[in-house]
Amino acid sequence: MSEEMVTVNMTVNGENVTKTIPVRMHLVDFVRTELGFTGSHLGCEHGVCGACSVRVDGDVVRGCLILAAQAEGAEVVTIEGLTDTGEISDLQDKFVERNALQCGFCTPGMLMTAAELLAQKSDMSREDIREFMSGNYCRCTGYHAIVDAIESVNNTRLKG
Amino acid sequence: MGFIHPYDRPNSYIGRTLPRSRAMRAVAGRGRYTDDITPPRTLHAAFVRSPYAHAKILNIDTAAAKAAPGVKLVMTGAELAEICTGPWVGTLKVFDNMKAEPQYPMAVDRACWHGEPVVMVVAETRAQAEDAGEMVMVEYEELPVVIRKEKAIEPGSPVIHPNLGDNIAWEKVIGTGDVEKAFAEADHVLEETFEFGRHTAVSLEPRIVLSEYDPGTEKLTIHTSSQCPHMIETVFARTLGVPEHKVRIVAPDVGGSFGLKIHTFGDEIAATAAAIKLARPVKFVADRLESFVSDIHARENRVKAKIGIMNDGTLVAAEIDDLSGVGAYSQYPRTSVFEANQILHISFGPYKHPNYRAKATVVYLNAVPTSQYRAVGHPIGISVAEYMMDWAADVTGLDPFDIRRKNVMEDDSYPRIIGSGLPMKDLSHQACLEKLRTLMNYDDLRAEQAELRKKGIYRGIGVAGFIKGTAPSPVGYYGAGGARIAAQDATTVKLEPSGGVIVSLGVTDQGQGVDTVMEQIAAAAIGCSTDMVRAISGDTDATPYGGGTYASRATAIGGEATYQAALDLRREILHMAGILLQKDAEELDIVDGNVVDFGSSEARIPLSEIGRIGHFQLGELPNDYQPVLSHTRRYRLQDSPYIYTNGIHGAYVEVDVDTGWIKHLKHWVVEDCGRIINPQLADEQIRGGCVQGLGGALYEHCIYDDAGQLQNGTMADYVTPMAFEMPDIEVGHVETPTSESELGAKGAGESGTGAAPGVMMNAVNDAIKPLTSGRVKEQPITPEVVLKALGKI
Repeated sequence: MSEEMVTVNMTVNGENVTKTIPVRMHLVDFVRTELGFTGSHLGCEHGVCGACSVRVDGDVVRGCLILAAQAEGAEVVTIEGLTDTGEISDLQDKFVERNALQCGFCTPGMLMTAAELLAQKSDMSREDIREFMSGNYCRCTGYHAIVDAIESVNNTRLKG
Repeated sequence: MGFIHPYDRPNSYIGRTLPRSRAMRAVAGRGRYTDDITPPRTLHAAFVRSPYAHAKILNIDTAAAKAAPGVKLVMTGAELAEICTGPWVGTLKVFDNMKAEPQYPMAVDRACWHGEPVVMVVAETRAQAEDAGEMVMVEYEELPVVIRKEKAIEPGSPVIHPNLGDNIAWEKVIGTGDVEKAFAEADHVLEETFEFGRHTAVSLEPRIVLSEYDPGTEKLTIHTSSQCPHMIETVFARTLGVPEHKVRIVAPDVGGSFGLKIHTFGDEIAATAAAIKLARPVKFVADRLESFVSDIHARENRVKAKIGIMNDGTLVAAEIDDLSGVGAYSQYPRTSVFEANQILHISFGPYKHPNYRAKATVVYLNAVPTSQYRAVGHPIGISVAEYMMDWAADVTGLDPFDIRRKNVMEDDSYPRIIGSGLPMKDLSHQACLEKLRTLMNYDDLRAEQAELRKKGIYRGIGVAGFIKGTAPSPVGYYGAGGARIAAQDATTVKLEPSGGVIVSLGVTDQGQGVDTVMEQIAAAAIGCSTDMVRAISGDTDATPYGGGTYASRATAIGGEATYQAALDLRREILHMAGILLQKDAEELDIVDGNVVDFGSSEARIPLSEIGRIGHFQLGELPNDYQPVLSHTRRYRLQDSPYIYTNGIHGAYVEVDVDTGWIKHLKHWVVEDCGRIINPQLADEQIRGGCVQGLGGALYEHCIYDDAGQLQNGTMADYVTPMAFEMPDIEVGHVETPTSESELGAKGAGESGTGAAPGVMMNAVNDAIKPLTSGRVKEQPITPEVVLKALGKI
């Protein structure tokens, strides 16, 4: 039984990549092991925890529920890409200042989801933030500081 | 002239919120966890695990797996046992008459829980290893299963380990006074039975090892997600027969731990044995499904409680009887009876009742072994005691705050001994209680509650006080018990030629901010900025031997070692500066990284100059002085078994009395962790701890069927708290520095987890009180439990 392979082409963090990989390889394994973008993490491998969240063609998806082959031709952005473009530098700074992370394992996924929420550019209550962020599991913080950080960045962005 | 305590200096780093450098890395996706490291030629291990809770292994056929693509090694438990040094036994001498069955890393001829590793497959990729694992044929003969703790102690129950005679691991009774007489004389005697469900840590980063062996130097290097690198170094060395000084453990970033990552796991030993045998790096990551059936579980207790109360609300006697259902083996090297032991000792701990009796019975089950998990035993002991105090308040017509005011130990009454025999000092129950009452605007909440009840909205207010054991001493358990687990910790502080300071820690950082806190302590003690200080932790080749981070000890124990080592370095810097400046060291001080005349801030010599001279220009110093510029200090607790902390939680909840759904509206904590180094980090320990406790109180439950099959071992089925269900948590502090150390810090990491379940149970019971005489006395408090208490189902 030999491994069935496929050649995929996509843009990851702004660069074109072409790789021949096992058909069954998930997108998060692809970016981690084939490309070295280890900022996306594996927490549950069945779409519950959100640690593997990556952006595919503008939408945040679970990297453990999509095969790399399904991202053929897509534009994929990981936490490393978001960092390099500076798109969420205000959010990252606030997470650090407010200590909205402890072990940091959930943080890349948390930031991906928060970036999507903040892109709505709308007034939001703490309840709204909590509801939107409820697909991302954090065992360390108890969420309060995460909500503080997102709320603060949203307020600043709306004023700006 | 002389010495100003660092915490008394203006703008001291002690008591100041600073960000964590590790956080800056993590937000950029540059965290470095063990699975992010893959050396060339790395192989991957996967395990075939027992599908049965109890079964004899009749035959294992590995031929097809060995022939599968990419496979380099297939090893059975029996084969692994031959190359290990022998089974381990999870007992401690301090637990009299404790019984435990020897345990091998993988099942040898019998599997004793659903999920016990049976066969290991090592292959070029994890997927190939799992593919081959499915080709392993294991023939089992099912054996009788013991899965209910109440039945395990019945005469005639099947016995899991026949060599032990019965299923009882340990029994213990402690107490003081005469409870029988006190109950006979009490105005009211209240009795209740509680159930606490089993749960597990669910660290987001699963357990992982990456083991590498170099046959040339015979050195074993293991990267692993661990809280206790030195302890686990000892375990790997001794179980695999590698000299301990030739083992290096590196714990890079650790993605959550909570007590999970202080234990011995057979699959990790097996993967490391494979790395030695194959002389290639071997990585094993527990996937989420196998985490649920192989990570330690915790709790699973039935507790009977009885108290005697006088009409004025005075608690005169308390008694508890705990039945703990642990797993198939006693977890090595900390045992599986610690949780029961803690319950006995901390229940009713805030109160001054003169009569106390507590009994524990710990029984083995065909389930995942249980052991230390955040706030060991405290959620159970605190829930039971605080429920009983609220009930006593109802019976005597007192407010929950008033009955606690009446019964807590007075803040000026220490040192004293509590009913379980533990010595207490430096506590502040009274101050915390008053501060909480103000913080939560208690009277306004009660008024709002009464108004809303008229509209059919049922809100409840809970309070729950606690004591929490932190920073254990070497005399109490581990050292005295014969386990090679350090209760001391050590820090080396050294001045580099640049004037920078390196702080090497025996304690470790899993995101709490230990590195940052130690940098703050060292900078404050020396007199330089934290920018000049860098902490190193989590590498046994680079740090002095220490116990690591467990039992809320990092700041309390490691912090004092850091403080004293930094003061030693400061003294040497001043000594050298005194020689160079021809002044008495007593006349000098260090401020902002410069040696100055005491009382001035004018730089005489910067630390960079001390570093340069001390390392390169030694000719400027007299021959009888050889600079060291590197100081190690150890610290251990001496007379007390623990540094006890105290505090009190408040909760405000709304219960939907038709569905049983609980909405947690607001949570408050006032606690006393002694001297606070970094206020924001301390608060976040409390907040995170609360939510972890609330998870166990409301949702988390490892559910076993009668055949010993774990029914909900996925993150979709085992419910953890997410952002939406959790409230904002307001934190206040009373700071009573511990008299055990000069720094005065106590532990802060677990008190949120310890008391949150109790306050939640009290708040829910307060909400439903107008509608029912029933009470919630079971955790997790699912909607079904609430509806049962309401008499609706």
